[in-house]
Amino acid sequence: MKLMSAINLEFVVAKEDFSKAGEASSSIKKTLKKLGIDSKIIRKVAIVTYEAEMNIVIHSIGGKIMVDIDTEKIKIQAIDQGPGIEDTEKAMEVGFSTATQKVRELGFGAGMGLPNIKKNSDNFEISSEINKYTKIESLIYVNP
Amino acid sequence: MKVKDLLKEENFRIIAGEEGIEKELQGVYIGDLLSWVMAHLQENEAWITIQSHVNVIAVGVLNDAACILLAEGASLDEDAKKKANEENLAVIETNLTAYELAVKVNKLMKENE
Repeated sequence: MKLMSAINLEFVVAKEDFSKAGEASSSIKKTLKKLGIDSKIIRKVAIVTYEAEMNIVIHSIGGKIMVDIDTEKIKIQAIDQGPGIEDTEKAMEVGFSTATQKVRELGFGAGMGLPNIKKNSDNFEISSEINKYTKIESLIYVNP
Repeated sequence: MKVKDLLKEENFRIIAGEEGIEKELQGVYIGDLLSWVMAHLQENEAWITIQSHVNVIAVGVLNDAACILLAEGASLDEDAKKKANEENLAVIETNLTAYELAVKVNKLMKENE
């Protein structure tokens, strides 16, 4: 990969907007492709951003996704404005989901989102405060 | 084989993303839970599903699927068709079950080797 200065992307994600859901992730993926990042790394970033984006759409009252790309790493931050997660440890369990039946019928709510994000991150952190925010931070190294 | 080789079958009707039919097809993945599909669908695989809303196109595009094969008469809503056309992701409708579809694609892949 050619040397480049850091690139910062930011996307606003609206709650329950399923018609636009996935657009931030698609846009991030296109940028990474243009930068010539390895396809295996792009796949990891795509999974992380997609799951984070869908979490904001399904569970939050709205939020944003920020991606910082430099020559060594890709940092993905997803922050929403609440309602927050009561038990983040429980939320990390495979199969645990608070998604509604309606959302599940569309194929969401498998309880795989956060585990998928963690699995594809080289470093992963989640923090949340009730009625305030949930924040996830995922770090993926460009040359693992 | 290529996605367009599927269209020789009479039960396979392309309903969106016609520009995407030149893509290579190298396998099949079946699933309706989007997070599972997101984690396991590989590049150039045909994805068999009964989900038919616009987010399915996003999952297909993000995973570089060869195409989407809709099983058992599932069809796409208009938003999803529009998105598939924008992204050049071929979506093919059939009345076959997911199993029958997978068997059929496997046979076609062998014939087109």
